[in-house]
Amino acid sequence: MMATKNAEALAAVSKKYEWGFATDVEQDFAPKGLSEDTVRYISAKKGEPEWMLDWRLKAFRKWLTMESPDWAKLSIPPIDYQDAYYYAEPKQKKTIASLDELDPEIRRTYEKLGIPIAEQEVLAGVEGARKVAVDAVFDSVSVATTFREELKAAGVIFLSISEAIREYPDLVKKWLGKVVPQHDNYFATLNSAVFSDGTFVYVPEGVRCPMELSTYFRINAENTGQFERTLIVADKGSYVSYLEGCTAPMRDENQLHAAVVELVALDDAEIKYSTVQNWYPGDENGVGGIYNFVTKRALCQGKNSKVSWTQVETGSAVTWKYPSCVLAGENSVGEFYSVAVTNNRQQADTGTKMIHLGKGSRSTIVSKGISAGRSDNTYRGLVRVAPTAEGVRNFTQCDSLLLGDQCGAHTVPYIEVRNPSAQIEHEATTSKISEDQLFYAMSRGLDQEAAVALIVNGFAREVLQQLPMEFAVEAQKLLGISLEGSVG
Amino acid sequence: MLKIEDLHAEIDGKPILKGLTLSVNAGEVHAIMGPNGAGKSTLGYVLGGRPGYEVTEGSVTFDGQDLLELEPHERAAAGVFLGFQYPVEIPGVSNVQFLRESLNAQRAGRGEKPLSGAEFLKLARSQADALGLDQEMLKRPVNVGFSGGEKKRNEMVQMGIIDPKFAILDETDSGLDIDALRIVGDGINRIMRQPTKAVLLITHYQRLLDYVKPDFVHVLADGRITRSGGAELAHQLEREGYAEIAA
Repeated sequence: MMATKNAEALAAVSKKYEWGFATDVEQDFAPKGLSEDTVRYISAKKGEPEWMLDWRLKAFRKWLTMESPDWAKLSIPPIDYQDAYYYAEPKQKKTIASLDELDPEIRRTYEKLGIPIAEQEVLAGVEGARKVAVDAVFDSVSVATTFREELKAAGVIFLSISEAIREYPDLVKKWLGKVVPQHDNYFATLNSAVFSDGTFVYVPEGVRCPMELSTYFRINAENTGQFERTLIVADKGSYVSYLEGCTAPMRDENQLHAAVVELVALDDAEIKYSTVQNWYPGDENGVGGIYNFVTKRALCQGKNSKVSWTQVETGSAVTWKYPSCVLAGENSVGEFYSVAVTNNRQQADTGTKMIHLGKGSRSTIVSKGISAGRSDNTYRGLVRVAPTAEGVRNFTQCDSLLLGDQCGAHTVPYIEVRNPSAQIEHEATTSKISEDQLFYAMSRGLDQEAAVALIVNGFAREVLQQLPMEFAVEAQKLLGISLEGSVG
Repeated sequence: MLKIEDLHAEIDGKPILKGLTLSVNAGEVHAIMGPNGAGKSTLGYVLGGRPGYEVTEGSVTFDGQDLLELEPHERAAAGVFLGFQYPVEIPGVSNVQFLRESLNAQRAGRGEKPLSGAEFLKLARSQADALGLDQEMLKRPVNVGFSGGEKKRNEMVQMGIIDPKFAILDETDSGLDIDALRIVGDGINRIMRQPTKAVLLITHYQRLLDYVKPDFVHVLADGRITRSGGAELAHQLEREGYAEIAA
């Protein structure tokens, strides 16, 4: 009876992607395909200075000589880079003074997503309430930036990267490509050539950023690659928390996303970077869905600096993502907290790299993989300790939870220790949601979906509690939605 | 309230219950006793609706409703509570969260308004106090790191919060020391000894019956009830053993 029920439930598809709708806004496209002309078009559209164009072209030429990596446990059909658009922006593109001026169509899109900007405004306006600044990226161009004035008063720079290139060229020049070099990997190099927009944050010395900074990304145009570029610099003794959340409308053709995120933390600075990712994962047969090839890396350059990555990954057809920390500073700290959910035909190969260069540097890795349907979920993580790094500590915990018997969970830890004083711990578990747990919860009154959501949220708790409040609630709902119909 | 007629059930094709008939009326406490392997726990699971326990013949009605047609959570909403012999651990989920979500799901199923966080907390604390369970335990993950006795007490706290119409308590006395046994017994009486409610106590020993006086005692052997009587039958069983009486 259980077996049949399981089969039925597995056959029943997970709840249809709720947010699969396209917004009807006129788009301005670059010609299809990828060439030096495309790169020049993007740079010209952005009104970029010469040095930026040169930087892009250098990356593009390098990219032509590179090959797509194949070491991940992913099966990806060849991508035709000439059959895509590399630049699209909503027609209405001048900066607006308030959200009221925002294209109503775009606003409606946000409302359908359940993250209405209006509500965020109210939230932020309430006395004593924590403030959230939203730099809403709609396709490739920032169309609304709020709270800029208050941030300015604190000395925090929070701009689209295009604006930053024009307004703060020295800061951008100093750090762009310093954490993730142009030639780092195939997708990062591609991004360096064609990045369309993204976010720039600079927190000056000794400043605690007065609000959480938040960017909602959204891929909207059909066949438009999305190449975000984010650069966050936390100067000495500063603190910033950055939230990134994403959803995408349903499309049949695969969409390529190759973002680059660079974080720099100087002496005693701390950056907390949180992501909830829910891009269209494709249908139950694996048709459509986003290809997510992201390079995220932090440089903990200063002594006692700290970077914490928290991610909840439920979307995308393919995820290839390893938010990492280069722990160069003495006593610097790197953290990685991750929940990755795969269902149906999704594939995720994700994890982190903790590169210990500084004395006394410490890192913590907590990875929770949840696989359902016929998906594959791989944790891939590197802990490297350089010969000169004395007294390094690392703790790694990788837990996998399986729902059903047709999915896969894989753990691939790489540990390279070249200093004998290092203390490295690695723990890994794999478990299934037990019928005991499900029946126990159901006999107390929860229906099956609610019971699964509860158990899964419990499994992911250590990670979810790292998220800022605004995100934790959203993320909990997302886990439940992502797994509906996946257990019999 | 509960009417079981000629119930046959099997697990993996192996017959366990073989024609069990039992009626429980409101205001009654029934004890089911019997040797190991007689089908006591199976009866509890079949009534709770556990997947894998297949009913091949017979019927179970609860307040006139076909109980076997209902999913486990619907049985809960209808007022049936199953106290587990081995309460299950749910890591990362606090007792409070678990019970509040469960209770509110039941209330939603009955078309009632959900309890607010404050209302629920007040209820949960009073039940924990009544059963001598440290209030801190409410914040801890469900049954994780609880001793055997704490788990059983926690089951009773859950029962108190949910306030069911009908409780099936499977070996609730096992793993309890004398003091805990009394507290749990008092809890059952307080929560369930009411004219509108009924209890089915599944137990191997009669010691819990010193605290919760049954109105009827039934002997379950080889999948059916072989003997029924009053509270004195439990004492007779204790003295003479199952082999003699169940046969």
